[in-house]
Amino acid sequence: MDAPVRELSFAQAIYEALAIAMEADPRVFLMGEDIGVYGGAFQVTGDLVHRFGAERVRDTPISELGGAGVAVGAAVTGMRPVYEFQFSDFATLAMEQIVNQAAKMRYMLGGEVSVPLVFRMPCGSGTGAAAQHSQSLEAWFAHVPGLKVVEPSTPHDAKGLLLAALEDPDPVLVFEHKLLYKMKGPVPQGHYTIPIGEAATVRQGRHVTVVASAIMVHRALEAAETLAQEGIELEVIDLRSLRPIDSRTIIESVKKTTRLMSVYEGVKTLGIGAEISALIAESEAFGYLDAPIVRLGGAECPIPYNPELEKAAVPQVPDIVEAARALAGGRT
Amino acid sequence: MDLMEKAMSSAEVRANLPEAYRRLSPDQLKQALKKMHLIRLFEEGAEDSYQRGLTYGTMHLSIGQEASAVGICAPLTDADTITSTHRGHGHCIAKGADPKKMFAEFFGKETGYCRGRGGSMHIADVKTGNLGANGIVGGGLPIAVGAALSMKLQGKDSVSICFFGDGANNEGAFHEALNMASVWKLPVVFVCENNQYGMSTSTERSTAVKNVADRAVAYSMPGVIVDGNDFAAVASASMAAVDRAKRGEGPTLIECKTYRTRGHSRSDRNRYRTKEEIEAWVQRDPIPRFEQELIGLGFLTAAEAEEIRAAAAAEIDEAYEFAKASPSPDPADVTRFVTTV
Repeated sequence: MDAPVRELSFAQAIYEALAIAMEADPRVFLMGEDIGVYGGAFQVTGDLVHRFGAERVRDTPISELGGAGVAVGAAVTGMRPVYEFQFSDFATLAMEQIVNQAAKMRYMLGGEVSVPLVFRMPCGSGTGAAAQHSQSLEAWFAHVPGLKVVEPSTPHDAKGLLLAALEDPDPVLVFEHKLLYKMKGPVPQGHYTIPIGEAATVRQGRHVTVVASAIMVHRALEAAETLAQEGIELEVIDLRSLRPIDSRTIIESVKKTTRLMSVYEGVKTLGIGAEISALIAESEAFGYLDAPIVRLGGAECPIPYNPELEKAAVPQVPDIVEAARALAGGRT
Repeated sequence: MDLMEKAMSSAEVRANLPEAYRRLSPDQLKQALKKMHLIRLFEEGAEDSYQRGLTYGTMHLSIGQEASAVGICAPLTDADTITSTHRGHGHCIAKGADPKKMFAEFFGKETGYCRGRGGSMHIADVKTGNLGANGIVGGGLPIAVGAALSMKLQGKDSVSICFFGDGANNEGAFHEALNMASVWKLPVVFVCENNQYGMSTSTERSTAVKNVADRAVAYSMPGVIVDGNDFAAVASASMAAVDRAKRGEGPTLIECKTYRTRGHSRSDRNRYRTKEEIEAWVQRDPIPRFEQELIGLGFLTAAEAEEIRAAAAAEIDEAYEFAKASPSPDPADVTRFVTTV
């Protein structure tokens, strides 16, 4: 029997995953800046401090490098820490521990340890927080062997991917787009996981494969609605995991549609789109392509403050509609 | 000195001895001496094998610092953890590692502690509580705090020891780690092995305080300075800090004043210090000093001292041969161990 399904916000879904994991596993504990009585900068941890106490919902000093390193040390000695970066931009302060320690420890030690930790990474633009609180840096981390990187687009997947991350033996970075926190969607009660490394085809279509993640999935779906009225059918793939990446789902889709577009918020150059393009170029799907691959990524600039500039810096629905229409090349 | 001590009854002598001599059994003291020899001989062997082209990459020798590694680890059990540094061979042996597997790692062999993936700078021995050397200056500091938090959350009666060098005391990680450990009253002992140079830059030129231990006051913890070449002084300070940590009173910062008589690494030409300075520290070699002290106190005879040294030499020879004869990893396995699943 399937678990009852309710409407929850993305933030509530994450909260629920954390609570389920903490109830089930005494090794799971949370650390981060203002995650206790404040409830987290985005009110994700909410009242967890009252449910589980300040030892397990631990406010840290503003010390991202130290906090990330404490998580690494706890992870290799029998705990399952979740460290919340208040904004994923602040992970730049902790790159040493994330990239040199968490990611490499297992390999450097010849497999003698695992590093089961979760870094929660609120990301993305659209909140008027400007250049140092709005970045989409997930491709940086996805470049590092030893890290796993996931990026849910719905409350359902946010809960399932976080629960999978909490049970994974390796370091997992969960990128949470800030504009999604208030978005509501159906979420089953109780425990379930979404496997790390599996994309989801969220809309079937014949003409163009659109690969997106996080907020861009919703924009791509909206664009698909518009184009459907013109007879252009987009197939929308929600990447969900950046590392490991689900090449097979993308390859099979491109073989069917013969056209590929990637849509992502990170800066276009050397980003996720380059990887998606390359994996198709290297695969048997290359021979199926009927048009050059299109990348729709963030502009080559920091995220600006002015709302019109901010919108201009990342792909919006009309951009996707226009690019996909051009790519479809009149096919209907 | 010998005559004076012989004149006193052994009970009188012991009552005035440093804590370490009162708490450690003669057997434990002999083990400590043997470990110091093992470290010295391991590193001399490492140096020799490098010069003969048997090894690869770089290495950082701790010759001259053995009393610090062994003294700090004297009160520890396998349930206590250490985080180590790029100059970590001594910590590893002090914590109980097998020189065979260390030499094998040094030679990049599949039988090494890290199956040849880590090399000198990443040797770890998780079973004896050694969470690993570290190639990043200051990298182990927050990790040690995490291990201590883990012990506290799991209700374990263990301590986390964090070795680092004077160079690390100017990394942000040092300050973040000490602050968090103090705020949360965690069972950590921070051990700065101040060998006076971060590569070529002296602490006078790099550090705004005279002693690294002076920084303890900023984090409301005791800052203890010891002669890092004096085994008993180091071990006694470690015992006090470990006891304090286990009583739940929080961290301590111990500064072991010491010296590496070799260069920073293979590339070092010793342009930043004088031969006289090095020679003065060679004269303060912690190993003969400890040996003489043990003999003087009647814990050891000269003949036993020689046996211990010979046993250590035989163990290192055996380790070296084991490493040489061991297989290299299969290149087909290059991406093994990146993730668990």
